[in-house]
Amino acid sequence: MLLQRHMAELAKHRALLTALVSRELKGRYRGSVLGFLWTFLNPLLLLCVYALVFSVYFRIQMDNYAVFMFCGLLPWVFFSGSLNDGAGAITDGGSLVTKVLFPLQILPAVKVLAAFVNYLLSLPILFAFLLGWGVAITPKLIAFFPVAAVHILFTYALALLLSTANVFMRDTRHILANFLTLWFFVTPILYPLSQVPEKWRGLLYLNPAAIFALSYQDLFFWGRWPRWDILGLLALGSLVLLLMAVVIFEHYKEYFAEKI
Amino acid sequence: MSEPLAIEVAGLVKRFRRELLKSDYTTWKSLLLRPFRRDRAADLLTVLDGVDLAVGPGRTLAIIGENGSGKSTLLKILAGIYKPDAGQVSVRGRVSSLIELGAGFHPEFSGRENVFLNGTILGLSKKEINRRFEQIVEYAGLGQFIEAPVRTYSSGMYVRLGFSVAVNVDPDVLLVDEVLAVGDEAFSHKCEDKLNEFKRAGKTICLVSHDLNAVKKFADEVVWLDGGVVAARGEPARVIDAYRQVVAKREDEVGRRAISRGELPTADRWGEGEVEITAVRLLDADGQQHAVFASGGPLFIEMDYKINQPVQAPAFGIGLKNSAGVICYGCNTHVDQASLGPLPNEGTVRFAAQRLDLVPGSYLLDVAVTSPEGRDYDYLVQVASFAVRGGSDGDVGIYRPPHDWSLRPRGESA
Repeated sequence: MLLQRHMAELAKHRALLTALVSRELKGRYRGSVLGFLWTFLNPLLLLCVYALVFSVYFRIQMDNYAVFMFCGLLPWVFFSGSLNDGAGAITDGGSLVTKVLFPLQILPAVKVLAAFVNYLLSLPILFAFLLGWGVAITPKLIAFFPVAAVHILFTYALALLLSTANVFMRDTRHILANFLTLWFFVTPILYPLSQVPEKWRGLLYLNPAAIFALSYQDLFFWGRWPRWDILGLLALGSLVLLLMAVVIFEHYKEYFAEKI
Repeated sequence: MSEPLAIEVAGLVKRFRRELLKSDYTTWKSLLLRPFRRDRAADLLTVLDGVDLAVGPGRTLAIIGENGSGKSTLLKILAGIYKPDAGQVSVRGRVSSLIELGAGFHPEFSGRENVFLNGTILGLSKKEINRRFEQIVEYAGLGQFIEAPVRTYSSGMYVRLGFSVAVNVDPDVLLVDEVLAVGDEAFSHKCEDKLNEFKRAGKTICLVSHDLNAVKKFADEVVWLDGGVVAARGEPARVIDAYRQVVAKREDEVGRRAISRGELPTADRWGEGEVEITAVRLLDADGQQHAVFASGGPLFIEMDYKINQPVQAPAFGIGLKNSAGVICYGCNTHVDQASLGPLPNEGTVRFAAQRLDLVPGSYLLDVAVTSPEGRDYDYLVQVASFAVRGGSDGDVGIYRPPHDWSLRPRGESA
């Protein structure tokens, strides 16, 4: 089966996957003075910016708002970063695509995994903030693993689709960048669900990014289980999306080397 | 009993969509318009049209042909990077392609890190790279630079490191694309040594090259691709010779077309123009214009002039330079004390060389009219270029004296 083969190829080349992910992560800050420290500094500074804007200027009425916002922001950074980089994974692959033979799905997979590792590395900062603000960390935190698994699945499927689309239509990336901005603001990250008018709330669950944000907020901030029913449906949907993405990717990948 | 072939290709066809070759990328706009465009089938460019190959294990096949003949495409299909549109392709054993050296190198990473990265991309396990690491570094000749970031490397060091990793993959089938052409003299010797080592080890090699001398040296068999079809195949010397003849003829045609356009394309031109050169022609013995001449054959240079202001005894001169810019021969009517007699206001001066004993290669022609004291009335730099062909291939230098070789056993008189 196509999906099976697609994933088996990834598994078979895990050494290459690891090497390229570490290239991505190490290469990003190599040559800068602070180096790998930026991996931690970047989310910290991001938090400071948002915290300043939304607790000093906009004044969202909520206890521990800065920490709450951080819980949804970090996974969003993973998600949007994966898609932004993933869309260009093939087109920026250069000679790796045109002159070397290996399963090309590795390139978008590397972008997603690198962004995910970055996300994991920023979690200690989140925990420090949770503790510092006196938000209890509960055993329900283990829900992180299934939530993150579905999140990766969904993100990888989208990254595959976008990387394929961008080979044939270079506008994809630019459209995506703007679309992500819109997506960010319709996702309850900067504001809690309670701020959304009652009649719109049901609609929110049609937005996968919202489901992920709410789930992370549940398990990090509110100390409760995420909505398993909705998450289960999303997992199923992600799998279907992945299957579609793989079919499309595998169909078009033989043209990649010629198109770039 | 026959061994299975290492490379087997039958009826290979590869087409590119023409729009893929355009530099402007597809956009949503063109995508939306595409269903309305007609005859999309005509947009296909056939790059390879029914190519067959059969290479036995341990043999070296060279693919030659002009630019755009489909050589590199064929190699990429053998490497599995392109998919054929029709036909069968099978390559047996572990393949390493020297198509791209240093794939995935990160400029900020050290040579060491990049060896591991590049090796992994080429399909080596970490253990295999560890085992070969010393060998790779030694072969690349980088010494302690291996710990420095690759961006600090010279292009030669970069290529050496990439090459070193690629050849240490220990393939059964090696695909080589013009690698011999990069790097300095010492490096190309190393490449040659390595290729020979592969040959001795019984590896199958398929190489694409413009360096016909190298091809002659390495290949057991040559395939000449012309416009996507096999024009000739077989014994290297014979195929290369046939190829050379066709290329020379085409060059000549292209050159003649440029000449017939009648303009004087010079790299530089100076002088007051008291006497002006209005046309320059390179002719053979029959008075035909050519851009290619045989080594040892005749060459005639004609220049049309026009006197714009009365001047005293102008001297007409020519200069031949080779592609390296070395002056091979230069003289003028004054130096030669050639008396042309009184000059009409317009006319043609002819330089006739009965034998052009130059080594095959490309040459450039300068022509000039000067005053007796050496002031330039009109000086035209690189007003024409021509190629010299023929003779044997391995000649080096500039001058090719008419010669032959003989042997005299000791004690016999000449």
